[in-house]
Amino acid sequence: MRMTRIIVAGCLAAAFAVPAAAQELTGTLKKIKDTGTITIGYRESSVPFSYLDDNQKPVGFAMDICAAIVAAVKGNLKLDKLEVKYNPVTSATRIPLIANGTVDLECGSTTNNVERQKQVSFTNTHFLTASRFVSKKASNIKSIADLAGKTVVSTSGTTNIRQVTEVNAAKGLNINILPAKDHAEAFLMVETDRAVAFVMDDILLASLVAGSKDPKAYVISDDAFSLPEPYGIMLRREDAPFKAVADGATAALYKSPEIVTLYAKWFQSPIPPKNLNLDVPLGAPLKKAFANPTDSGDPAAY
Amino acid sequence: MNYHWNWGILLEPSPDGQGTYLNMLLGGLRWTVLTSLAAWAVALVFGSLVGVMRTLPSWIAVHLGGAYIELFRNIPLLVQLFLWFFVIPELLPHDWGVWVKHLRYGAFYTAVVAIGLYMSARVATQVSAGINALPKGQSMAGTAIGLTPAQTYRYILLPMAYRIVLPPLTSEFLNTIKNTSVALTIGLMELTGAARSMQEFSFHVFEAFTAATVIYLALNAVVTIGMRALERALAVPGFNAAR
Repeated sequence: MRMTRIIVAGCLAAAFAVPAAAQELTGTLKKIKDTGTITIGYRESSVPFSYLDDNQKPVGFAMDICAAIVAAVKGNLKLDKLEVKYNPVTSATRIPLIANGTVDLECGSTTNNVERQKQVSFTNTHFLTASRFVSKKASNIKSIADLAGKTVVSTSGTTNIRQVTEVNAAKGLNINILPAKDHAEAFLMVETDRAVAFVMDDILLASLVAGSKDPKAYVISDDAFSLPEPYGIMLRREDAPFKAVADGATAALYKSPEIVTLYAKWFQSPIPPKNLNLDVPLGAPLKKAFANPTDSGDPAAY
Repeated sequence: MNYHWNWGILLEPSPDGQGTYLNMLLGGLRWTVLTSLAAWAVALVFGSLVGVMRTLPSWIAVHLGGAYIELFRNIPLLVQLFLWFFVIPELLPHDWGVWVKHLRYGAFYTAVVAIGLYMSARVATQVSAGINALPKGQSMAGTAIGLTPAQTYRYILLPMAYRIVLPPLTSEFLNTIKNTSVALTIGLMELTGAARSMQEFSFHVFEAFTAATVIYLALNAVVTIGMRALERALAVPGFNAAR
């Protein structure tokens, strides 16, 4: 601990001595420089973006991207050593923890939309996902129209439940929409026949099905309730210097061939803890979003 | 703190198409009130029955009542709620299970049963404590003037016992209201659930939960004032415990 402090103090002293760093730092970058630490918020079960592996260590596609951002921050501040702290967040705690400065980057599966951008900023989109539904093959539900008059579950407070509500009202399907507390519980409702289908981001459905007792018993719909929506890594709003570093780091990563390897590692090969393979190929819209990195919250932009 | 405060959000339209975010919270309040009242009714009925059983002269009745209280009091409410919602329907015959699972307001009924029975264990201990607080001579007097045990309870013991335990019952009623927030875990959009969903739609977490806090405080203040008024209205002149 003492040793760490000496090293950090040394780094800070060295950094201040460099004339190039004379420019005044503000916001998150200043905080990182002053404390020598950066705090990453992770989700405990957003497979494969951010979750705990069998050693209770946070891993995932978004965590790897955040590692690239951390490296860029370290280079930008000319630090020899940057301590990375990990802090678990949930959908309910992520905003307050970002706002009050506990967490500097939220690396998970947070949907980037225009409304949320009034409260936080997002860096370049790292995934696109549409709202689809999973059902048991045995219930033989092929399209959204087949859901008419049935009970459907979705996770409360998500953009997905909002889309089902809208489609239900617009098409007059008379679907009984049940809100569940979290994804695992919503899936349990389909598993125990409390609901015939679960509406969610297709990628999360794929991971739930892959992790279920009998993956072959379920099918994910072709019909989608929405255009693909972007996921982004969340940071504090009105912090342009920090966002510039994060955007630069993610853009460089997404444009390099490395992103294809990284994508294959999490979406097309066996991943811990159960060595499941989600087997989701890299689609054309996401390829385009990687080639031209953007932080737009508008689904029409992709 | 880098947070964009906007109290006006409460008056902005919510995406669920039912009006403003405030309407959404008030819709949650409606479920909270309905669930609390129904669960409290269940708690009072079952709590009184078991509470009386605990004071009967029968050894079996006392122990059955005791077992009931220990069962419902010693298992966390959240676990009980999950057992009622996910496990019990699987134990029923298949057709009944399917019927239960497809009930239109399944989460509401489950919450009423689970919270009601959980609170009934607490009400039962209060009721039996109230009966035991009465002098032994009261039930003897009942027997002496030729009342049956049922009549003794109905006309002599219970009227006084309820008056004695009215203040702790107020606390239990408040606990029932607060415990309904657990029902959000099975998909009941009560006040806490509505606040949660408001913060996820709008990202205005502090406004959502501050508003919910104020609504809970107001609701519980109304209950407290109402119960005080009830205590005064029911007070028997000269009877100490009722004051």
